[in-house]
Amino acid sequence: MKSPESAKPGMRRLVSRSAFALLSLSAATVLAGCASATQSTPTASPSAAFKPAAQTAGSQITVWADSTRLPAVQQYQKSHPDVKMNIVTYDGSANGSTYLQTKVQLFDRTGNGWPDVVFGSPTDVTWASQPTSPSATAFAAPLDANLVPQQTLDGFAKGSLAPCQFNGHTYCLRNDIAQVVLWYNKTLMDKFGYQVPTTWEQYEALGEQVAKEHPGYLVGAVGDTNSQESYFWSSQCPAFQLEDPATLKVDLADGNCTRMATLLDKLIAAKAVTTQGFFSQGFAKDPGGSKVLMANGPSWYGQYLFNAAFKVPAGQIAAAAPLTWEGETTAATGNVGGGVWMVSSHSKNLKASTDLATWLTTSNDFQANAPTYPAYVPAAKAWLANPANSKYFATDISAVFEQAADLVWTGWSNTKFSDATAWSNVVLPALTQGKTLTETLPQWQTAITDEAKSVGYTIATK
Amino acid sequence: MTALNTGHEAVSSVTPVRRRATTRRRAGLAGYLFVSGYAILLLAFGIFPTVYAFFLALTNDRGQFTGLNQFIKVAQDYRFAPAFLNISLYLVMWLLSVVVLTVVVAIVLRSRMRPRLSAIFRFLYYLPGALAGVASVLVWLFMLDPAVSPVSWLLQSMGFADFAAVLSPGDLPVILVLIAFWTGAGGWIVVMYGALNNIPDEVLEAARTDGAGPWKTAWHIQIPMIRKWIAYMAILAFAGGTQLFVEPQMLQTASLGRVSPTWSPNQLAYVYAFQHGDFNGAAAISIFLLALGLICAALLVTRSDLFKVDES
Repeated sequence: MKSPESAKPGMRRLVSRSAFALLSLSAATVLAGCASATQSTPTASPSAAFKPAAQTAGSQITVWADSTRLPAVQQYQKSHPDVKMNIVTYDGSANGSTYLQTKVQLFDRTGNGWPDVVFGSPTDVTWASQPTSPSATAFAAPLDANLVPQQTLDGFAKGSLAPCQFNGHTYCLRNDIAQVVLWYNKTLMDKFGYQVPTTWEQYEALGEQVAKEHPGYLVGAVGDTNSQESYFWSSQCPAFQLEDPATLKVDLADGNCTRMATLLDKLIAAKAVTTQGFFSQGFAKDPGGSKVLMANGPSWYGQYLFNAAFKVPAGQIAAAAPLTWEGETTAATGNVGGGVWMVSSHSKNLKASTDLATWLTTSNDFQANAPTYPAYVPAAKAWLANPANSKYFATDISAVFEQAADLVWTGWSNTKFSDATAWSNVVLPALTQGKTLTETLPQWQTAITDEAKSVGYTIATK
Repeated sequence: MTALNTGHEAVSSVTPVRRRATTRRRAGLAGYLFVSGYAILLLAFGIFPTVYAFFLALTNDRGQFTGLNQFIKVAQDYRFAPAFLNISLYLVMWLLSVVVLTVVVAIVLRSRMRPRLSAIFRFLYYLPGALAGVASVLVWLFMLDPAVSPVSWLLQSMGFADFAAVLSPGDLPVILVLIAFWTGAGGWIVVMYGALNNIPDEVLEAARTDGAGPWKTAWHIQIPMIRKWIAYMAILAFAGGTQLFVEPQMLQTASLGRVSPTWSPNQLAYVYAFQHGDFNGAAAISIFLLALGLICAALLVTRSDLFKVDES
């Protein structure tokens, strides 16, 4: 359907000639040497003192919390009616969400709008402790700079404030720890006549036995956005290991990673471990929580997964100490989540904001009834002493929880990017398509290193 | 939604051009007044942001001139090629389905169906387009999850046991085309139907007298006569398609991260701006998309004589 037009060829030549001229011109500008396109790295000098915004005593503070911590904030509001608060619910950075970061980037550009106190993930602290651009101020206020007494900071569980610390300052207060333990259904285990495993080797053997004797029952699931933390972190796999603040070691060929991949592959093939996630749509209905015999997962699995999501009746679920590997003397375990509270450096009412963050993390009034295991040691003691937190379980979980809290392996670092992204959109789809974990490890390695490089890390593999 | 609104513009903007050829312009201040509303909005939300994007794409965050370095930087990003590959795959399927199917359906509705029934069908086709983008994604999330879908037997029989299996990376372009077609095609069917209505009955009658059956009439008379409308639809569908953002972003969230957060170029630009804080790199990606859209539009405009004024 071409219409003959005599003027066109000449026109075209002219157009292409001028386009060529334009192209070569722009190429020349490039060759002439223009400024680099790389983002300027904010020069955060640790010595630079924190300059608070002009303070207005008694002014309203805006609080961003996830729906789980919303009752805590409301409880504070009730007991402190004189504090003017604006409470906003958001996703709390769950499942690798970057909502908070996105919003702070925008607020940094517009110069206002920051919330005063936010609940977030440890990943959030990595960017919040540094300015997002040369002209911006780091979002998180250094809490150790005359805001929270050192005595209070010392009260947090060993290592639990590590994700908060950068350049010698503490930028957040840890709300809860999510140490990984071995959950099991005691009623089912007794009925089947099984012993609770203490090593990964026993766990593997039991998984294969379950697959044979009681097909349909599960000893684990790997399809959640955080399953890698339950399994590979517990296996001390160097997947996200910061050697220094700028160098990340990613070595999924390491024996600590391959041993876990091999173990899981065997159990997935036997159908004792599912590639679905415990939290994926439809799991609670089919296969359902009553089919879960064991689950290697964080301390909050008890209340959240078995009680709230699976609705397993009270008196069935119990927790055992983290599994070890045969021949290894020191046990180590993973950590899945554990939120933090940050105070904005832009807050016009730092006093009220800090008081709220401190209360939320350390007060027994709230933490003794908190949905998750408190990071503040005295609060954790109160939490364990609270019968409401233990009456659901078949056995006493205090000893296991306290033991596991000290075993969290420190080689899985808090990085500037979420450890969930690559796992969720590279590894999990491959597993769904029927590939094994072992053959997916190289892809995972590439995905992590690509992502790490894009946010400025140097990669070390050995 | 956008496709439909602009579709009406197309139909109405062609008529004044035609009229100008016969009656000399008599428009005074009123004309400018009518145009001004659109012109101001175009300047504020179309031209100015584009100029600003060019400015950002040619500088860095220190305000220094960088030439083409921003473009080179984003093009070398490991997510750049996959994102553009994804969007190309999506565009090919989306354009083919929207162009072929809407025209076929419009012709069937116009020529092979009683007017009453045809009106009902046009209304039904248009209905999904009345849902906003996000809502339509939610409808599809519901449809595609074997655990809750009303057609879960169909999904199961196709081998999809759970939602995660449905969302495997290879199927994503198909799913996104399904959503886009379901929401966007109805509006275009109505527009194409209107275009077919413009063909004088005498022409169709003459064809019939000459012995042309329905298919011959469609192929030799109707389609050539609505060629400009088809080209126009292709341009807008292409431009809209390159900007795909809401649908994959929603799928990414709803699938708990099983879909890449940088599936489409627009998402990559979003990540650049709001996660890396690199607004300059994000602008460079958007310029790539602009160039892509302009090249396609230029090709279609010149090939279809879209802007040629009828001399009759």
